[in-house]
Amino acid sequence: MNLLLWGVLPYLAIGLLVGGAIWRYRYDKFGWTTRSSQLYESRLLRIGSPLFHFGLLLVVGGHIMGLVIPESWTAKAGISEHGYHLTAVVLGGIAGVATLAGITILIFRRRTVRSVFAATTKNDKLMYVVLVLALVAGLATTVLANGSGDGYNYRATVAPWFRSLFILQPRIADMAAVPFAFKLHTLIGMALFAIWPFTRLIHAFAAPVQYLFRPYLVYRSRDDKTGLRPARPGWDR
Amino acid sequence: MRIMAQMAMVMNLDKCIGCHTCSVTCKQVWTNRTGMEYVWFNNVESRPGQGYPRRYEDQEKWQGGWKRTRNGGLKLKAGGRFKKLLTIFSNPTLPSLEDYYEPWTYDYRTLTDAPAGDDVPVAQPVSQITGRPMAVTRGANWDDALGGPVNQDPMLEKLNEQVKLEYEEAFLFYLPRLCNHCLNPSCVASCPSGAMYKRAEDGIVLVDQDQCRGWRMCVTGCPYKKVYFNHSTGKAEKCTFCYPRIEVGLPTVCSETCVGRLRYLGLLLYDADRVTAAASVADEQDLYQAQLDVILDPNDDVIAAAALNAGIPQDWLDAARKSPVYQLVKEYQVALPLHPEYRTLPMVWYIPPLSPMVNALAQTGHDGEAQGNLFGAIGSLRIPVEYLASLFSAGDPAPVTWSLQTLAAMRAYMSKKNLGEAADSDPAMDRLYRLLALAKYEERYVIPAAHTEQAHQLEEAVCSVAGYEGGEAAFGSDSGRPVPVSIESFHLTKERQTRDQP
Ligand code: SF4
Ligand code: SF4
Repeated sequence: MNLLLWGVLPYLAIGLLVGGAIWRYRYDKFGWTTRSSQLYESRLLRIGSPLFHFGLLLVVGGHIMGLVIPESWTAKAGISEHGYHLTAVVLGGIAGVATLAGITILIFRRRTVRSVFAATTKNDKLMYVVLVLALVAGLATTVLANGSGDGYNYRATVAPWFRSLFILQPRIADMAAVPFAFKLHTLIGMALFAIWPFTRLIHAFAAPVQYLFRPYLVYRSRDDKTGLRPARPGWDR
Repeated sequence: MRIMAQMAMVMNLDKCIGCHTCSVTCKQVWTNRTGMEYVWFNNVESRPGQGYPRRYEDQEKWQGGWKRTRNGGLKLKAGGRFKKLLTIFSNPTLPSLEDYYEPWTYDYRTLTDAPAGDDVPVAQPVSQITGRPMAVTRGANWDDALGGPVNQDPMLEKLNEQVKLEYEEAFLFYLPRLCNHCLNPSCVASCPSGAMYKRAEDGIVLVDQDQCRGWRMCVTGCPYKKVYFNHSTGKAEKCTFCYPRIEVGLPTVCSETCVGRLRYLGLLLYDADRVTAAASVADEQDLYQAQLDVILDPNDDVIAAAALNAGIPQDWLDAARKSPVYQLVKEYQVALPLHPEYRTLPMVWYIPPLSPMVNALAQTGHDGEAQGNLFGAIGSLRIPVEYLASLFSAGDPAPVTWSLQTLAAMRAYMSKKNLGEAADSDPAMDRLYRLLALAKYEERYVIPAAHTEQAHQLEEAVCSVAGYEGGEAAFGSDSGRPVPVSIESFHLTKERQTRDQP
């Protein structure tokens, strides 16, 4: 059971995430968009969307800090475990609450503004459920497991397991021993990554950082692109 | 010098009767799809009036176009690259559907299906966005022919009170608008994905539908609000200058169907290296001249040689020499750009209407058609000139006056000539008259076809914009591989246009 949960599922999720994104890029460039609904309504969006997205960016940053960077490194940098935890709980808490508040506004908007609701697909609804569950479970681990009592040091268990995935030697035993809240959050997280490329979340992979570096005007020759139809072999090209 | 060719348009506003044929035919061809109901690539506004989307010219609010920085550079008015990325989650200057209008259809079915009763059944308006009955409160052309709150015209607001009042009462003309396929397009510069581009061959500005990610910054970037967001597919769409037609030598649909035959299409050669400098001249009122200076004379041997060198084919050069647009824009300088102060160097040009002057004269009890009167009036009647200048020359009356006086002089010359009173014949005037009054199809539209050696690429035209639609494809409407224009898409279109739900 533990092998399945912490040794197989993670790879399935990663496989779906990467493979799905590649497949989607090849099959469905046209559907790869934010499908923004700002045209319909912007009063609520103006508050909810930045709250959610910036909160989420912080959350992602926090995960990188917590999972990718080993405890020994931060210890060397002179940050005590206690100090680290305090920062993580406070910052993580703020980010988590902001994200959750943001998505609450966004979902409220999606449900109550008729035009926005009419533009919501089944796919979106499923995605929202998984996303909200992941956020709630994540915030719960931060606050419940760490905010109360003397805290749980996930950097000694969850983080090494996470890193071990990438050297193909998953430390299943480490993960099997963590509190239930962490397990739940991890599982939902994996589910989120697995469906990621097949939902509108895919737009995150198009984050346009290259905009900062390209010239303002773009010229393209007609020859650069031979239409949208997939290339045909041989003589027809 | 980097010579490039630009397909450009001139419209002779005096001849526009405001029939909206151009808008309707364009809509039938390009925007009769789900998600694009509210979109008019070509629209005809009454001036004075608010325009579409309403008050789009109020750049303090919408932040479109470029602005000159203090050290003489150019910056997007809505903010630099960082600001664009920071506001990507909620664009503060995106017009909402209310600023355009909520599109609707009618519940025609009740007309035939309603049970017999005392009351005549009525077809209620139904929103194409929510599918619910709605009250129609505005449309793309709500203030047609001075029918709306004329005093909310953003350009009129800038004129002084007296002028404003008189103008509202006395003047009306129609202003057909489409994407200007600018030389310095701020829409392209605003696109974070780099999906928008200017075609190197003919300067047509397009959105790559496969690269657009729906960040909707281009909508803000265009000061003319001529990029639209397809709310169904989540992609930006805009006027394509009917490039599939242009490539085979046919005029755009709006030009082809124009009842007044007032549109001209032709090539301009320009120096791409000088575009940025021209767009950043200090004084707004110098922008028109700077824009003219970027345009090169195809009859000049040096230019012609350089153009051939730059890979412009001989037949394109020939077409540039015969271009009616070049003649009207650069030789006679009667056609002016719309809002040069946005610094995008627009490539759709307008011959300002003389008729408001004629009407104004008539109202003062003079014969508006009499040549002497007319010529003098252009100089003395400040009102129409000021207003026209606020549209076509950043407020500088000189170019508008020049254009109107040229037109008046042509009228005078022709009437003398017809009465047999003309002293000498003036070939330049004859040519202008021919161009404005008689020009046949081939003279109005001088469009070199794209090259046959590239023809196999052209027939690839797949209409990502006319494919499967409406239905909920896997990842939202229209996702998946693009579908070639085919009998299937025809049936889908028919299905959509005859169904009861939006
Ligand atoms: S008119 Fe607007 S959309 Fe068209 S090229 Fe100019 S800036 Fe872009
Ligand atoms: S079809 Fe021609 S005359 Fe009619 S509104 Fe359009 S531009 Fe004006």
